[in-house]
Amino acid sequence: MLLNQFLLLSAVLFCLGVYGVLARKNGMLVLMSVELILNAVNINLVAFGAFRTDVGGSVFALFTIAVAAAEVGIGLAIVLLMYRNRRSIDLTQADLLKG
Amino acid sequence: MQLLAQVSSETDLYVAQNIFFAVIAVTMIYAAFRVVTTANVVHAALWLVVVLAGVAVQFLFLGAEFVAVTQVLVYIGAVIVLFLFGVMLTRASMGDDETVAGEKRAMAAIVGVLLFAVMAMALVDSFEDTRVDIDQPQGVTEVSDAIFSQYIVPFEAVSVLLLAALIGAIVVARKD
Repeated sequence: MLLNQFLLLSAVLFCLGVYGVLARKNGMLVLMSVELILNAVNINLVAFGAFRTDVGGSVFALFTIAVAAAEVGIGLAIVLLMYRNRRSIDLTQADLLKG
Repeated sequence: MQLLAQVSSETDLYVAQNIFFAVIAVTMIYAAFRVVTTANVVHAALWLVVVLAGVAVQFLFLGAEFVAVTQVLVYIGAVIVLFLFGVMLTRASMGDDETVAGEKRAMAAIVGVLLFAVMAMALVDSFEDTRVDIDQPQGVTEVSDAIFSQYIVPFEAVSVLLLAALIGAIVVARKD
């Protein structure tokens, strides 16, 4: 199989994730789009690992999965805290730092 | 027929694998598109399950069986449940919510398309028709040997990071 078919699939997922992060204003949906991006990265890592017949690709994909789990935990805690304080998870309303 | 078999054995066409890959890839792209466009947050989480399952299948294609199993366990098992809990804790209504889409969707779409154009050009240009050997699976043994010898320091760092993230999430989210 071509290496490029995996890489292009991953590029499509990555760009859809970028679109989601930019276009959504609901905190939960932005976190889901970040998951899309991280999964695209994982496909790339594993594809290059298989291409080089190096187990490092799989190992670093596992590390990425662990980091993504940590990211979701922290992200959801922040979203929940925002909901508790503002009664909304609309990210356009999170503008306290704006001058 | 013989000629076809000869051609496919000479150039490693993997017809069945490629058809299956195409089906899974189209499903994943459609599901990912629905994740970023649907107005219903619960539906977005459920479409995300389809994408994550598709990613697990791609890992199996590439012979990374342990990563595929971890993907199913951690993502579909834990992360999606976390997302659904988050949706339930932050929203009263479960139906469509037209307020989830931002105003700058056109700009975001332009950014996404341009980014994909650049990435696709770079990938096609540099890897043209490089083949990846999918007949050499990386089993659990190889992965665990690598983690606990060569990659032991990053592994421990990730363990500490997960612990820190766990404690951090509790500290951030608790009521006091």
